[in-house]
Amino acid sequence: MQVLKKVGFGLGILLASLGAYADYSWNFPEPVTPMALDTLHVHNKFMLISMAIFLSVLAIMIYSIFAHRKSKGYKAVADKAPSTAVEIFWTLIPFAILLLIDFVIMGIPAYHSVVMMEDTRDKASMVIKITGSQWRWQYEYLDGDAQGIKFVSNLTTTNDQMNNAADKGENYLLEVDNPLVLPVGEKVRILMTASDVLHNWWVPQFGSSRLAVPGFIRETWVQVEKPGTYRGQCKELCGKGHGYMPVVVNAVSMEEYKTWVAAKKEEQAKAIAGADKEWTKEDLMAEGKKVYEKNCAVCHQVTGAGLPPAFPAITGSKISISPIFGEDGKYLPDSHMDRVLNGKNVMPAWKATLNDTEIAAVITYERNALGNSVGDVVQPSQVKAARQ
Amino acid sequence: MATHSKNHYFVPHGSLYPSVLSAGILLLATGFIFSVAMDRSKDLAYLQTPGKWMMYFGTAVILWMVFKWMGAVISESLSGKYKNWEDKSFRFGMIVFICSEVAFFAAFFGALFYMRVLSVPELASYAPDITPYKDFLGTWPSTGPGGNVLGAEYVPPANFKPMHWMGLPLVNTIILLTSGATITWAHWGLIKNNRKQLVVGMALTVALGIAFLACQALEYHEAYTEMGLTLGSGAYGATFFMLTGFHGFHVTLGTIMLIVILLRCMKGHFTPEHHFGFEGVAWYWHFVDVVWLGLFIFVYWL
Amino acid sequence: MSTVTVAHHEEHHDHPTGIMRWLTTTNHKDIGTMYLTFSLIMFLVGGSMILGIRAELFKPGLQLMNPDFFNQLIGIHALIMIFAALMPAATGFANWMIPLQIGAPDMALPRLNNWGFWLLPPAAILLTLPFTLALFGIGDGALATGWTFYPPLSLQGGIGVDFAIFSVHLLGISSVMGSINIIVTLFNMRAPGMTLMKMPMFAWGWLITAFLLVATIPVLAGAVTMLLTDRHFGTHFFDAAGGGDPILFQHLFWFFGHPEVYILLLPVWGFIPQILQTFSRKPMYGYKAQVYSLWAIGALSVVVWAHHFFTAGMPVPALLYFMYSTMAISLPLAVLFFCWIKTMWRGSMSFETPMLFAVGWIILFGIGGLTGLVLADVAADAQYHNSYFVVAHFHYTLFAGGIMGIMAGVYYWLPKMTGHMYSEKLGKLHFWLTAISFNLTFIPQFFLGLAGMPRRIPDYALQFAEFNMISSIAAFVLGLSQLLFVYNIVSCIKGGKKATDKVWEGAEGLEWTLSSPPPYHSFTDQPVVK
Ligand code: HEA
Ligand code: HEA
Ligand code: HEC
Ligand code: CUA
Ligand SMILES: [Cu+2]
Repeated sequence: MQVLKKVGFGLGILLASLGAYADYSWNFPEPVTPMALDTLHVHNKFMLISMAIFLSVLAIMIYSIFAHRKSKGYKAVADKAPSTAVEIFWTLIPFAILLLIDFVIMGIPAYHSVVMMEDTRDKASMVIKITGSQWRWQYEYLDGDAQGIKFVSNLTTTNDQMNNAADKGENYLLEVDNPLVLPVGEKVRILMTASDVLHNWWVPQFGSSRLAVPGFIRETWVQVEKPGTYRGQCKELCGKGHGYMPVVVNAVSMEEYKTWVAAKKEEQAKAIAGADKEWTKEDLMAEGKKVYEKNCAVCHQVTGAGLPPAFPAITGSKISISPIFGEDGKYLPDSHMDRVLNGKNVMPAWKATLNDTEIAAVITYERNALGNSVGDVVQPSQVKAARQ
Repeated sequence: MATHSKNHYFVPHGSLYPSVLSAGILLLATGFIFSVAMDRSKDLAYLQTPGKWMMYFGTAVILWMVFKWMGAVISESLSGKYKNWEDKSFRFGMIVFICSEVAFFAAFFGALFYMRVLSVPELASYAPDITPYKDFLGTWPSTGPGGNVLGAEYVPPANFKPMHWMGLPLVNTIILLTSGATITWAHWGLIKNNRKQLVVGMALTVALGIAFLACQALEYHEAYTEMGLTLGSGAYGATFFMLTGFHGFHVTLGTIMLIVILLRCMKGHFTPEHHFGFEGVAWYWHFVDVVWLGLFIFVYWL
Repeated sequence: MSTVTVAHHEEHHDHPTGIMRWLTTTNHKDIGTMYLTFSLIMFLVGGSMILGIRAELFKPGLQLMNPDFFNQLIGIHALIMIFAALMPAATGFANWMIPLQIGAPDMALPRLNNWGFWLLPPAAILLTLPFTLALFGIGDGALATGWTFYPPLSLQGGIGVDFAIFSVHLLGISSVMGSINIIVTLFNMRAPGMTLMKMPMFAWGWLITAFLLVATIPVLAGAVTMLLTDRHFGTHFFDAAGGGDPILFQHLFWFFGHPEVYILLLPVWGFIPQILQTFSRKPMYGYKAQVYSLWAIGALSVVVWAHHFFTAGMPVPALLYFMYSTMAISLPLAVLFFCWIKTMWRGSMSFETPMLFAVGWIILFGIGGLTGLVLADVAADAQYHNSYFVVAHFHYTLFAGGIMGIMAGVYYWLPKMTGHMYSEKLGKLHFWLTAISFNLTFIPQFFLGLAGMPRRIPDYALQFAEFNMISSIAAFVLGLSQLLFVYNIVSCIKGGKKATDKVWEGAEGLEWTLSSPPPYHSFTDQPVVK
């Protein structure tokens, strides 16, 4: 079979050059949690066994293809229909081999892995809650020193980079403004939920991935054993921004973690204090622009033009130019405040994600920029009141 | 060639019924989508009227084609084209079709069991410090914990009451079981060539079918107006109305078919040996009957 | 051969011609031809769509389309390939070959058979119409949820989702009608003397497929109906606020979806052994073992569905159950593989195009199957799930196992169907180009998946660039090679060397006793099988 040989040779060269070219491994990335290590072992073992089966079967077939061909004058053996007993005997052999592989060689370790994977609570030293929403992750620390810390983690890759108008950075599409920070060596129990559609929080080097289901709380855990920055992505199709909701985790030593917690707490205290003071329009607009571009521009676009019909424009939209508050000082239903706080259909509810200052700022910004010029200002204190 | 021996298998000649029927279905589906499109986007409201007309037209085409098609089948049957061999095909075909219907209902029963056994209890099972549903108990019948999970606020109906099995459902069970008996009695009549028994039995069955539908209409009316039980009342409402609704739809179809068969019986169709049309509909009716028993036990009673 | 006389068509000589012939036909061969033609066209449509995707993924950054359009393309690609290319191809063969193979005058319910086909074009229109409407500014395009329709994303979507829901309904009705027909034909129309255990393997494959379809398609219909009522009529099947659960949909979908993958392959597992036996000039090994294995696969396939969402969060016992039951499917498949290879073993093999495809098919489907076995491990699946590893797995099973299997069948039966030989040279070229470019397209995707590239993303991190580029280039070669296939078929229909009745030296079975092409009325005399 001349052709076969040529083709095989060509393929070999191609694969070899590929190997030299691609500068990353041919396997899972380096595992840094017990679970990922376990998965890697399982995977390697599986692959070896499969390869062995594949190659031995292939070898038999290829031998037969070359030896038993008509062009070589090979005559078919007068295979009389085998007796049932013989047939049963022969077919039981592959059956038995796979039985052994499936349920003993692979099945028993798999059992232990599954039990370990699902044991989220034993010896867990802290709990965090992860909420997936279109298209960002929100992290909340539920206990210990860090209790109360809560922030949103957004993609920082710019539109220009995506549209090939600017150079792509090293961590293109895998970079965020606020990474999740975890102490090394601690078992962290993770509660997973979502606020709109399904998402899946996945860091390949952690070997854990769990679906985030709106309205339900699912659990998983991680225990990072090596300091570093780890990157992953949302793994469940969640709409047009599915490719743009990366996960970045900073695993740091306990001391660094403590410092970070302290700093973060201070920052949050400041933000709350900011909510009580009276803001100038300029400050609100500047803050609002930041908030808008980070959170709203994915859908409503930087220019405010939206992507009709799915995502309405802010520019000139009825809600963004009609009054917010009624006679009694309460916000009106279907007003700007209502829509941003509570959302509607695909429009997310921001009350849990953004703080008073941010909401006040973004509303002020939407009303006085992006082609709108209503002129009014919303103060954080008004948002605070509106939340009641 | 054309020896019409007992081994002749009848292959009908071509007809346009299937392809035109499919075109009607296409119209119906597109029209339906257009007429509900504004649910998703107000910009599409102008599609509503054309959509409605497409639906009407599509439905007309479908009805017309079904009428013609069934008419052709009846005349072929009357002219003696169907012998034992063809008859057997129809029987097999009907059995397999009914199996597929069973699978369709299984999906909705599956949804009922899933919500009842898994999702509703799970929603009530979270620890108090993390649960989003504070006082939710998770007992069945449940209309769900309420709240805003998918972007629209849902408030469980306040005056909600589940449908009790006593009363109308029980009456309906008796009606359907009786109708199963009357149709069998009619069948005996057919086999004995007692036309009167056949026609009376069929007429009774039709009457019972209509009575069932009337009771169900009454039940739905009561549910909507007095019990806070609607399609939108959470897990219970959704499964209740989808299960009983699809069943009711099948009863409606069954009753229409029974009426056709009744008319054919009155015209003297069917012989004691050859009456697949009758039997097919009778099987269908028994199937509807059995599904009802499932509903009665799992939706109303337990 | 003694015969039993069977008379035929009601009308013997005035068949309508032109378009009316096809619109009205009740002839199993005409209907089979329509199915196969439809399938080929939709294969090209679905393939062209995915070439758009591969072009977009050629390098990082957004080049050609916005993410929403990207999502529309992948979902429609999959729905078209599975429901409008692969399934109709198998049904087309069933219509053509089952009556010939079992010595029947026609399919049992000919008018229903015609309806089964004519539901497909409307379904295809429904699936693709939203694209066209979006061009005119109506709605926002086709469904953008992937082929799996997962809520709540599909609850958010625009009218494209509704169109897809109805399309699935029509496809479902079509499949059920086709299945009813095949089951009835196999039970009621076999030639005298052909017992069930003498049926050709293809008939067995289809019988089990038909049972699976009847049992599972209605469940899918129910699931998308719930989606429809959740979207428009206020039910809460998939909304936690009402006590529902998005995962409920996944259960229902995969209760259909997993058997579906065997529905696609069982007919292929039926005729591949027939091809192997023909070109090995030796009876197939282990007929009984194969029949029982097919049954075992059919039965197991309906109890393993949850392996598609291991990461959704299930109790440990459920995880273990679904893992072990999934693994159990490899047992009957190992038996099948063994029988296929034993059929070739010590035969007198020659390698015409159908045989090349069949042998290549065994190897490539072997890769798909073995990687499937790996996916069944819950722990490792946490990594593989929704990564390109899965994409590579299911193209090895769907493209290699499905489409390449069908291609083997096309080359095998084309001379019988048209009466002409296709070009052997082009056929072989087509095989080699397809096999090589297929591997080059999808092997890199295994590695992409391992390295951590999720599926269904329009743009990716820089470390995935090289493999994606290779995959894209190879995909275009793969696509272009299919033009050879089309050309070969068309020229074979138009003319070419006359085929003999038996076509292949080693062919066995009733279909080879008829002329090539077979007469309009296949078996006017029903043969008696001894
Ligand atoms: C026809 C299609 C087809 C077939 C046959 C299979 C076959 C199998 N599949 Fe696959 N699968 C899909 C189509 C298919 N699959 C699709 C489309 C998806 C993704 C859907 C989506 O999410 O969109 C999927 C996804 C999928 C998953 C989910 C992955 C995930 O999303 O996380 C899993 C997990 O268990 C799985 C397992 C299996 C198994 C165990 C088999 C078994 O049947 C395999 C059994 C076969 C063997 C074990 C081979 C035995 C062979 C030998 C012993 C000899 C070998 C040798 C030679 C070289 C000759 N499949
Ligand atoms: C039977 C099923 C089937 C078949 C045959 C194919 C065939 C192919 N598929 Fe498909 N695919 C699926 C079923 C199938 N696929 C499914 C179920 C999914 C999952 C979708 C989801 O996530 O929901 C998927 C998803 C999928 C993806 C992942 C998308 C994503 O997750 O982002 C990719 C990416 O490479 C891909 C590639 C291909 C390629 C290159 C082919 C090729 O084999 C196609 C070759 C054919 C042609 C190219 C057409 C023929 C040629 C012409 C029309 C001539 C013109 C040609 C040129 C101009 C070059 N497919
Ligand atoms: C997931 C995409 C998405 C994001 C992110 C998003 N929106 Fe929206 N927004 C929508 C959609 C969709 C609507 C239309 C809702 C409806 O009426 O169904 C909307 C509506 C609005 C409206 C009302 C427009 C009108 O006249 O109907 C305002 C105001 C608004 N959003 C502000 C914001 C602000 C402020 C942010 C960021 C803090 C934001 N949006 C982020 C999708 C989004
Ligand atoms: Cu979130 Cu994908
Ligand atoms: Cu599966």
